[in-house]
Amino acid sequence: MFHASYYAKYIASLHFNLIMADSLNQPQRSQQALSPGSADTAELDLTASDERVLWLDSGFTGLVRFFAFCTVATLFWMAGIIFLQALPAIQEFGLGFLWSQEWDIGNLVFGALPYAYGTIVSSTIALLLAIPIGLAVALVTSENFLPSWVRSPLAFIVELIAAIPSVIIGFWGITILIPLLLPIGQWLNRNFGMIPFFSTEPVGPGMLPAGVILAIMILPTMAAISREVLLAVPGELRSGSGALGATRWETIVRVMLPAAASGLLGAATLALGRALGETMAVALVIGNSPMLSFSLLDSASTIPSVLANQFSEALDDLHIGALMYLALILFVLTLVVNIAATLLVQALSSHRE
Amino acid sequence: MVSSPTPPSDFAAIESTSDLTRPLPVARQSFNHGMTVLAFLLTGLALLPLFSLIIEILKQGLPNLKWEVFTSLPAPQGLEGVPNGFGNAILGTLIMVGLAALVSVPLGILTAIYLSEFGRGRVSEIVRFIVTVLTGVPSIVVGVFAYAVIVFSTKRFSGLAGSFALAVVMLPIIVLSTEEALKLVPNTQRLASAALGGSRFQTVFRVVFWSALPGITTGLLLAIARAAGETAPLIFTALFSQNWPTGLLDPMASLSVMIYNYAQSPFVEQNQMAWTASLVLLALVLATNVLSRLATRKRG
Repeated sequence: MFHASYYAKYIASLHFNLIMADSLNQPQRSQQALSPGSADTAELDLTASDERVLWLDSGFTGLVRFFAFCTVATLFWMAGIIFLQALPAIQEFGLGFLWSQEWDIGNLVFGALPYAYGTIVSSTIALLLAIPIGLAVALVTSENFLPSWVRSPLAFIVELIAAIPSVIIGFWGITILIPLLLPIGQWLNRNFGMIPFFSTEPVGPGMLPAGVILAIMILPTMAAISREVLLAVPGELRSGSGALGATRWETIVRVMLPAAASGLLGAATLALGRALGETMAVALVIGNSPMLSFSLLDSASTIPSVLANQFSEALDDLHIGALMYLALILFVLTLVVNIAATLLVQALSSHRE
Repeated sequence: MVSSPTPPSDFAAIESTSDLTRPLPVARQSFNHGMTVLAFLLTGLALLPLFSLIIEILKQGLPNLKWEVFTSLPAPQGLEGVPNGFGNAILGTLIMVGLAALVSVPLGILTAIYLSEFGRGRVSEIVRFIVTVLTGVPSIVVGVFAYAVIVFSTKRFSGLAGSFALAVVMLPIIVLSTEEALKLVPNTQRLASAALGGSRFQTVFRVVFWSALPGITTGLLLAIARAAGETAPLIFTALFSQNWPTGLLDPMASLSVMIYNYAQSPFVEQNQMAWTASLVLLALVLATNVLSRLATRKRG
């Protein structure tokens, strides 16, 4: 009560012109605006009693509710309309769509397996690369290896990668990354050719460059969230570990990382969600082959890349339906992954409180 | 032990103190140093793509960056001495992003006001959860959505469909960043406004909104920068056009789709143009990011 009135005076001086100008126009209101008990409860019950103001207020509340509802409705509208458009293909192919390999536009036979496989494998490569590198960045920018005036700009620069439009990263991938990875692919093929993953001669574009490009793109997500999580680990844990004689890295590996595990898992899940849906950069470097190939050095396709390539040229209803079906699968997949990640992060933050 | 400089050999207890000063076993020490080196190497590796990308864009894009690229249309392939540029793509991006912002900015800000000022209990939790999930929807799926809603019903690819998709992409980003900014306004300001007789409407729009304005602006700029760089929602909604924008119901050029098309082109001139367009787009996006974040950092 005391604090409220104290700040009221302070704020009144700041906002005198804004608020008082209004009250001067309607002098009768200022006396009856607040019911006497309302501030005692410390609830933000901002009740107004003037009839016009009351009307304006309830109208405004309704408007705000309506807009919030519209925003929420977008998600359901999206889900509903994509499902409706996919319905012809769902009826035609059923669940078998998921494990059919055929994608023949001329004969209108469609199956999602090569694309689903490409999406999952490229995202897996990306995660395998981005998790250790992201953790390293998070540790370097959260531990005191470096003075703090170096640390936070460093974290900011890594986060900037997330701001680069993905089509530009894809273009860079074509010109720089693919030529760079080609000799590595050739070496893998020469020395480990008996493993199915490296069984074909690399041609340039393919699953491996796509995975590497995806790793670059999800790295900022992984690094930024892991950093937040690590910074939130209580300092006592670190001090305790140090007092018991652990070195810095023993503290990190045995104390910090286990303490932050659920948050780090959330970070990785969120990064996976980004990788699954990433489109343009992948479409530029993956080679867009509709065939299923186990070799990482062969060209492939992902669900987003096939959508990007075929949608503008799709004419037949069933072809559009099959693409919509693919979009629906991607939508559901990313929805599940993102909900899991959000729940993980939420569980962590409520646990901390 | 530290305070007494007596030679250690005088004491029998020294057997145990020398334990304290004994250097770490080689294995533990090398693990410690090795991991530090590894972490720094991996961090360097993480920064490499960013620097390589910026250097490449500057090297390939700068030589062609003349005034005419902003003002002229793409020259037909093979013609020499004709002004060559992507003015139509810049204009198209501005139109579509502007139109999208016109819809999603008010919608997003009002939703955020609901979340931070009105929402209580489970309902607002659900709204916030759904908005968070909406942020994670891949932009290509948003493009498919716009295709199904607008391209299907109007039977043509159009700039309108493109800006619809961009609006959906921007919406959740605006909601979450605006809510974050509104939450930073101290509750005492709301109490003060109420104490002076301000209604909810007056409290929100005369006090809270203005206090949060710098933060809200930052969020809006970031959302706009994100939308300007999006390709996936435009590629089969707005398509592309070689001409100046003629109307909202016609296909419209955009910088990002132009980069996508020209990056795959077999012609060197078009690749060069794609680099120049990348330079313009990246400069725009990075400048927005760096400036708006610096502005909020100073404030906080």
